[in-house]
Amino acid sequence: MSEEQSTTEEGRIEGADGPEIERVLPADETLAALATEFASARFEVFEAAGASWDIVNVSADEYHALVAAAQAAGYTLFIDLCAVDYLRRTPRFDVVVHIESITPARRLRIKIGVPASDASIASITDIFAGANFFEREAYDLMGVDFTGHPDMTRILLPDEWEGHPLRKDASVGSVPIQFKASYKTT
Amino acid sequence: MSDTPDLVTGDRETPIIEPPVSVTEVDEGASRREVHDMWVAGTEEPEWVRTATDEGAQEMLPEGDDPAAAIQRGIAVDDDFVDSDDTDADQRQIINMGPQHPSTHGVLRLHLELEGETIRRVKPIIGYLHTGMEKTAETLSYMQGATNVTRMDYLSPFHNELAYSLAVEQLLRVEIPARAQAIRILMTELNRVASHLLWVATQGMDVGAVSMMLFGWQDRELCLEFFEKVTGLRMNHNYIRPGGVAADLPDGWEDDVESLLVKLPAGIDRHEAILNKNPIFLDRTRGVGVITPEECRQYGVSGPIARGSGIAHDLRKAFPYSGIEQYEFDVPVGKHGDVLDRYFVRMEEMRQSLRIVHQVLNTMPAGDYRTEDRKVTPPPRKRIDESMEALIHHFKLFTEGFRVPAGEAYQGVESPRGHLGVYIVSQGGARPWRLHVRAPSFAAVQAMPVMMTDSLVADLVATLASADPVLGDVDR
Repeated sequence: MSEEQSTTEEGRIEGADGPEIERVLPADETLAALATEFASARFEVFEAAGASWDIVNVSADEYHALVAAAQAAGYTLFIDLCAVDYLRRTPRFDVVVHIESITPARRLRIKIGVPASDASIASITDIFAGANFFEREAYDLMGVDFTGHPDMTRILLPDEWEGHPLRKDASVGSVPIQFKASYKTT
Repeated sequence: MSDTPDLVTGDRETPIIEPPVSVTEVDEGASRREVHDMWVAGTEEPEWVRTATDEGAQEMLPEGDDPAAAIQRGIAVDDDFVDSDDTDADQRQIINMGPQHPSTHGVLRLHLELEGETIRRVKPIIGYLHTGMEKTAETLSYMQGATNVTRMDYLSPFHNELAYSLAVEQLLRVEIPARAQAIRILMTELNRVASHLLWVATQGMDVGAVSMMLFGWQDRELCLEFFEKVTGLRMNHNYIRPGGVAADLPDGWEDDVESLLVKLPAGIDRHEAILNKNPIFLDRTRGVGVITPEECRQYGVSGPIARGSGIAHDLRKAFPYSGIEQYEFDVPVGKHGDVLDRYFVRMEEMRQSLRIVHQVLNTMPAGDYRTEDRKVTPPPRKRIDESMEALIHHFKLFTEGFRVPAGEAYQGVESPRGHLGVYIVSQGGARPWRLHVRAPSFAAVQAMPVMMTDSLVADLVATLASADPVLGDVDR
């Protein structure tokens, strides 16, 4: 496994939004193959003491196919899926998927921007069955809808819960606590 | 009195109890409602039959070919379901196990569809212990955060703190002194032993070896006594913090660890002497709760469950953290993916953890127990008396907290239950913008249908115990 993801090859690939965006192809063969296959994939590397991650930003359209391709390329271990609310950024949400390859030991983080106006994205439960609960959690707490999910319901909160508490505009303490002795709230 | 059925002689001319009539015979769509209303079905008040319960979407849907049913039958990845499909719906019943069942290891609730004694479908229902820890973390400073995360997986608090602290340190890019790293390894590996001892206690009890409960707790107590001596608390230590650990090891810790290294292996041998050749234990665990490697990978199942299925993957080897690559240890791997293999894997893991502890004891480096980086560590007490700046600095650290550069970091550690990950997004403030926890039990509970379907109800308890879910971890 190559911990150093130095850039050896540079390519200019036409970006999805029209103007040419300079893209740096990752040095690793597997990732370079993914980068050439998916036009919207932007690779970067996170390095810190004892941790190295390949990160790929991809558009929502190509996300499902990229996950399937990554799985076929060896990233067979599903780790994690969650959503992040950046509130004032466009697109507002990020869906973050972590997957892992066992041999060689490598990790990939896939990030997809999801706009607030249409907070929905394709479900990857058909690729990784384990994404099921994680997508339900992201829906429950962050309000990101996963199309194609077999059972898109709340998982941690009660069904009659209104709103999605991990969104930044859901403030702490906005739900009044009803103590046992109180007869009326509001 | 003559109308009363004669219970003593058992006069069977008139049935003593009317057999319940299923509403499904009158109303086809009622089977779902029957599920909710659990045995009140058959009353003569159709209006009373609710169309939705308080559980709402948590219901078990009518069986069909849809993907949801396939998941509940555990055949979404590998179709190893051998039960026949040609039974009528009224030969099956849906019962509810938990959230208060004694062997659910917490408030886990399982909807089970049974056919006789065989489990056809399982739907885990969680959330009873959800306390919004990820939201709480956004309101706590980085220094306070360890207090929060340590309460998630309450059987391995050190691993929670370690994952959190390492993730924060990735963003801070501070160097952790070698002694702090070694202390972290010492505590987490002992914590693994403590957690597995509790697991073997409950696993034994759940399959009928009740004495295991006492022996397991007894040995775990030895670990907890040491934890208490080091951290002041038996659980929820808040000991491993961003920047190092909260305090140095107490005087005479070597003697305590040496004593543990004598007592714990003897305890493990004793547990194995009780269980390894016990025919009841073997019968109850061999070939029970099988999960295949492919299912483990897809479901994100990790730790002893995945290793019991033959996946030789351990985060301590694959992506070493906190200097664990300096120590020699082996990763035990099973073959069959059943409860028995998970048992063997965990027993061997305890020995390997003690092997690491032994090495830590012999090679404990001298030095600081936390980083001397003034960005995260308060000035020494003596400096506060002498220097106004040190006082201000100390005050700022504990009121505002330290700021963490913007960015995102993910740190996974090998907790006793598997891959425990903490994902932190920072926007440069003194509090995390987002903290997400990848809980190993969450993935394990998700894979319950895979392990449980097609087995007997009694085996379910053995399977559940072998997955070792901690509901504080699942629900967070």
